[in-house]
Amino acid sequence: MTIPVDTGPGIAAFAGTADTEQGDSLWRGAFRRLRRNPAAIIGAVIVLAFVTVALLAPLLAPYRAASTQWADQVTPTTVPGPSPGHLLGLDRYGSDLYTQLLYGARQSLIVGVVATLIGLVAGLALGILAGGLGRAADTVVMRFVDIMLSIPGLLLAVSVVAILGQNQVSVMIAIGTAQVPIFARLLRGSMLSQSKSDYVLAATSLGLRRRTIVLGHVLPNSLGPTIVQATLNLATAIIEVAALSFLGLGDPDPAVAEWGRMLVAAQDRFSQSPQLAFYPGFAIALSALGFTLLGEGLREALDPRQRR
Amino acid sequence: MLRFALRRLALMVPVLVGLSVLLFAWVRALPGSPARALLGERATPAGIAQINQLYGFDKSIPQQYATYIGRLIHLDFGSSIRDGRPVFGSFVEQFPGTVELAVAALLFAICLGVPLGYLAARRQGGPVDSLVVSGSLLGVVTPVFFLGILLKLVFAEWLHWLPTSQRQDPRINATHITNFYVLDGILTREWNSSWDAIVHLILPGIALGTIPLAIIVRITRASVSEVLGEDYVRTADSKGLKPSTIRRRHIMRNALLPVVTTIGLQTGLLLSGAVLTETVFAFNGIGAYLYTAISQRDYPVLQGYILFIALIYSTINLLVDLSYGVIDPRVRVT
Repeated sequence: MTIPVDTGPGIAAFAGTADTEQGDSLWRGAFRRLRRNPAAIIGAVIVLAFVTVALLAPLLAPYRAASTQWADQVTPTTVPGPSPGHLLGLDRYGSDLYTQLLYGARQSLIVGVVATLIGLVAGLALGILAGGLGRAADTVVMRFVDIMLSIPGLLLAVSVVAILGQNQVSVMIAIGTAQVPIFARLLRGSMLSQSKSDYVLAATSLGLRRRTIVLGHVLPNSLGPTIVQATLNLATAIIEVAALSFLGLGDPDPAVAEWGRMLVAAQDRFSQSPQLAFYPGFAIALSALGFTLLGEGLREALDPRQRR
Repeated sequence: MLRFALRRLALMVPVLVGLSVLLFAWVRALPGSPARALLGERATPAGIAQINQLYGFDKSIPQQYATYIGRLIHLDFGSSIRDGRPVFGSFVEQFPGTVELAVAALLFAICLGVPLGYLAARRQGGPVDSLVVSGSLLGVVTPVFFLGILLKLVFAEWLHWLPTSQRQDPRINATHITNFYVLDGILTREWNSSWDAIVHLILPGIALGTIPLAIIVRITRASVSEVLGEDYVRTADSKGLKPSTIRRRHIMRNALLPVVTTIGLQTGLLLSGAVLTETVFAFNGIGAYLYTAISQRDYPVLQGYILFIALIYSTINLLVDLSYGVIDPRVRVT
């Protein structure tokens, strides 16, 4: 659900000339450009706030997560709004809405980060296989990636949860699986374009082993676009976690606060208490916005020529 | 062009074979025996024996795969565990609804997205540009189902302007020939039935079309601003061509190439977004049925529908690639 990344040869060529000393200046220059980009700053602030809330939820939240001790205040027609004890009011099960929102951030971050890491590691492995092991491996791996790409991401995630059973780990694996083809293609493209570069030629003629060249030279130089894509994918992952919950395939543990499930629960009280859907909905959109802005800022910073 | 088309078509074969293997393995990877997984809570020894015989789960794996492929060729995708309806039959019946929804969403996205992207590129750096760019960012990050719920609340429950659910008011009692409700109304000259179906498409269409809209805006903007800097645009301008001619023949024709690909890539998003949108609006299409299948663990339906969706998605991507060859002759040679 993010904009597909254009992985032109730009970054590869740019990074290709960089080595230890200049490598530092590439990242330092990127950081300097990032600081001058107001959109990226906004994104970074949102991401920082989101991560802080997620990590410190137990300290920031006034109550325990999923504590339904005020359930008697919720009637079939009304859900209490903001009151001195409850900043945002209650949810429809009688939990403190503010507490649930804070803990929801924690859940989104954990699942999103682990899922993206799974996608990243598996995608990198496939990408290295395809881009670094010659033609036959390339054909086999890329056809496999094509098959994965022929199933729309969310449905691929749905199939994986169906196989693995409904729990938090399988949600992570499912969302990670949907990201594998993205990373695999990215890395393969980056490696193929770099395999023609002078420094790979130099390394080959020095008699370095293929594995050393791929892991020691080509891979580090593909790091930039990979980090950008991972940041953008975190936005997608957060939305997909909520989408899976919305389809009834999220973490089934009722003690876990999750934004997508809060949205589902809000639906049947929606005309009387729209705030129940507004807060989790905005929370999902805002955190996705943060990662998107930061990711695009990073992309521009690492490769000023791709600036649009 | 023919060689390009054939080569592109040949690339689809391994994908389809792989997909069939994957989905074949999928049902067998389900927890417990496949028959038990297929029947779920309704499993009885007699039922399991019947399913085992029906699907040939008691035979060897290669034999099972051969049977499976044989059934696929005869368009036999099994029946729903839940309602007993043949999977292929219900898909054919519901698919027109999803197509109407996807077309409504794409129309909304293209008709609004291309002009907005063009405008933003022309006024790059100005207030219109900033507004369009930030609007499109919001569009990308807002979850489809949240947007659907919001639209439903504002336009249906508060303002009462538009219907909240279904494809058509059941009181209309329209005749359905093709199951494309808008088309059916036109064919039978029941204009109010067509109109009612269109009205029912507005909110879900907007909800589903917003992410594609945002993406089309951004791609159009980037692509137009790139073409605007090209020498041939300057040449056309200095030749004294009319601005409208330059816009149509020189700017748009070149700038639209990436936009066409992007639109093609949106179909996957539309199909999975349809599951969410149709669920929010209780819209009778493949998405809503798939949602029920997911919640009831109706595996034959899940398996069949995912295969159909993958087929449609791959076919559309193929068509996009081919159309790319038609619009841009340079593609054919590479």
